Amino acid sequence: MRELNPVLLKELRQRFRTYRSPLVVVLYLLVLGGFSLSIIYLQWRNNPYFQPGSSKEIFTIISMAQLGLLAFVVPGLTAGVISGERERQTLNVLLTTELSPLGIVVSKLISACSFTALLLISTLPLYSLVFMFGGLAPIQIMGVLSFFLVAMFLFAAIGVACSTYFKRTGISTITTYGIVFFLVAGTGFLAAFIQELYQQQARMAMIQLEQTPLVVMLLQDTNPVIVMLRILGEGATIGPGREMWLPYWGTFALTYLVLGLVLILWSGWKLNPINQYRKLFRK
Amino acid sequence: MNAVEIKGLTKAYGNNYALRDFSLNIPRSQVCGLIGPNGAGKTTAMSILATLLAPDAGSAAVNGHDVMSEQAKVRRLIGYMPDFFGVYDNLKTTEYLEFYAAAYRIPVSERARLISDLLELVNLTEKSHSYVDSLSRGMKQRLALSRCLVHNPEVLILDEPASGLDPRARAEMKEIIRHLKRMNKTILISSHILPELAEMCDSIAILEQGKLVTYGPVEEVTAARQGAKILKVDVADRLNELLEFMISRPEVVSVDGEAGWARVTFQGNKAAQGQLLREIMEQGWHVYEYAEVKGNLEDAFMAMTGEGE
Repeated sequence: MRELNPVLLKELRQRFRTYRSPLVVVLYLLVLGGFSLSIIYLQWRNNPYFQPGSSKEIFTIISMAQLGLLAFVVPGLTAGVISGERERQTLNVLLTTELSPLGIVVSKLISACSFTALLLISTLPLYSLVFMFGGLAPIQIMGVLSFFLVAMFLFAAIGVACSTYFKRTGISTITTYGIVFFLVAGTGFLAAFIQELYQQQARMAMIQLEQTPLVVMLLQDTNPVIVMLRILGEGATIGPGREMWLPYWGTFALTYLVLGLVLILWSGWKLNPINQYRKLFRK
Repeated sequence: MNAVEIKGLTKAYGNNYALRDFSLNIPRSQVCGLIGPNGAGKTTAMSILATLLAPDAGSAAVNGHDVMSEQAKVRRLIGYMPDFFGVYDNLKTTEYLEFYAAAYRIPVSERARLISDLLELVNLTEKSHSYVDSLSRGMKQRLALSRCLVHNPEVLILDEPASGLDPRARAEMKEIIRHLKRMNKTILISSHILPELAEMCDSIAILEQGKLVTYGPVEEVTAARQGAKILKVDVADRLNELLEFMISRPEVVSVDGEAGWARVTFQGNKAAQGQLLREIMEQGWHVYEYAEVKGNLEDAFMAMTGEGE
């Protein structure tokens, strides 16, 4: 049997040995569980009758909360993985071993992602609350779970890339949160803003926009909030829409996975202390 | 073939040169001490050899493998201990070494024995189940040294391995390095504790402002000192004034009054030496003793690096 990557094994050993990790899981579940139960209480406080639409609403709210928590937790877990090694003065020694810089980056990413995946999986029983009342197809739950994994991958890759680029964990963390915030909120805002500009122009030209501009489509297809709402069948789109080469979830998955992959490869390249090609870019 | 071959290494940080045309060859199984004032370029040279830094010009090779183009081969050949290093939290001593053994792809079946031997070598067997971050500084340094040896490297690059250690820990570290020397390891070691370095090393390289000032067997370097000699000048009073007077003389390289007398690094012939004594007496000092003392590595270092650190 092939041995687990040493960095990954060490990270897992260090992460799960302290009380901090179970505490984070407990807190995560408390926040999300408390939030879900509060919503259920508020919904059925005055209405004892069963409404099939309500369970979907709860599911949407839980998923939104989950996305918010992911955007909060993943940068915190990843933004210090390389810069932390640098600050602890353990990175140089690690780089003189036979481990490749890319191997180190990937192991760190997998370690952080595996913990986040644990958080996601631990919330599955919460989703069973929704199943209790029906109104949602299992495929939708699988879709949302896959969506979370893809979003988590890019958020984690951003954290690792920032951690590789910036020497200080503090700066890396702030930058990662900034970029993730832009992805979660900024792209949606930008899409709405650009759409409004186009619409204004169309109004002045006394014509009607027949399809959503490409840039707006790309922005809304990469905005995790809009994509998640669409997976849940909420129909959250900006403008009349447009024929694209890929369905919205395909654009989302492809963009996030490719971007994440590029960031990881770049991090591996950047981490190599004597990359000969680096000289080409030096002034 | 030499174990370490450095040719014309140059490295600059902005306009500051850390290394300028630095060349050095260390034969196999030799212990070479690298000394120089802070900022002389010792750590830069060691980082380049450890494949952690790219030089601006020149080349470096370990057992014939170029550090720039054959990084993987060089990493297998070297054991590197930086001047400052950290340890991981929540890892036990054996787990720490196990991690590095895995990082060097040592087969699982060999690890337990290897780790036990290494811990015995650095006298840490009793601490095998202790958490690494709970060890004392001296123990951490010894553990770091054992970490360097996990893959049985042929060349060891040790950057100030005894810095910050108390005398007992320093003595233990010295003993381990002597043991490694007996194991025919090629060792490049930097240190500020020059007498200890002289005891351990076969050869000494003195670096100053990125340039190699001298390189050779310890005895030769100590004897050479570029014609400088150490004078002991013991006076009845006004020692501080004497030190100020001495340093203003052109033949005096440096002075030190810590011993209660003036230790003068002097560069001049017998006539100049006599002239200096005459001048001291003319200035009204009562001289108890004026004699040449036997030089050592520290003196050579002071003489060759100007006023040293």
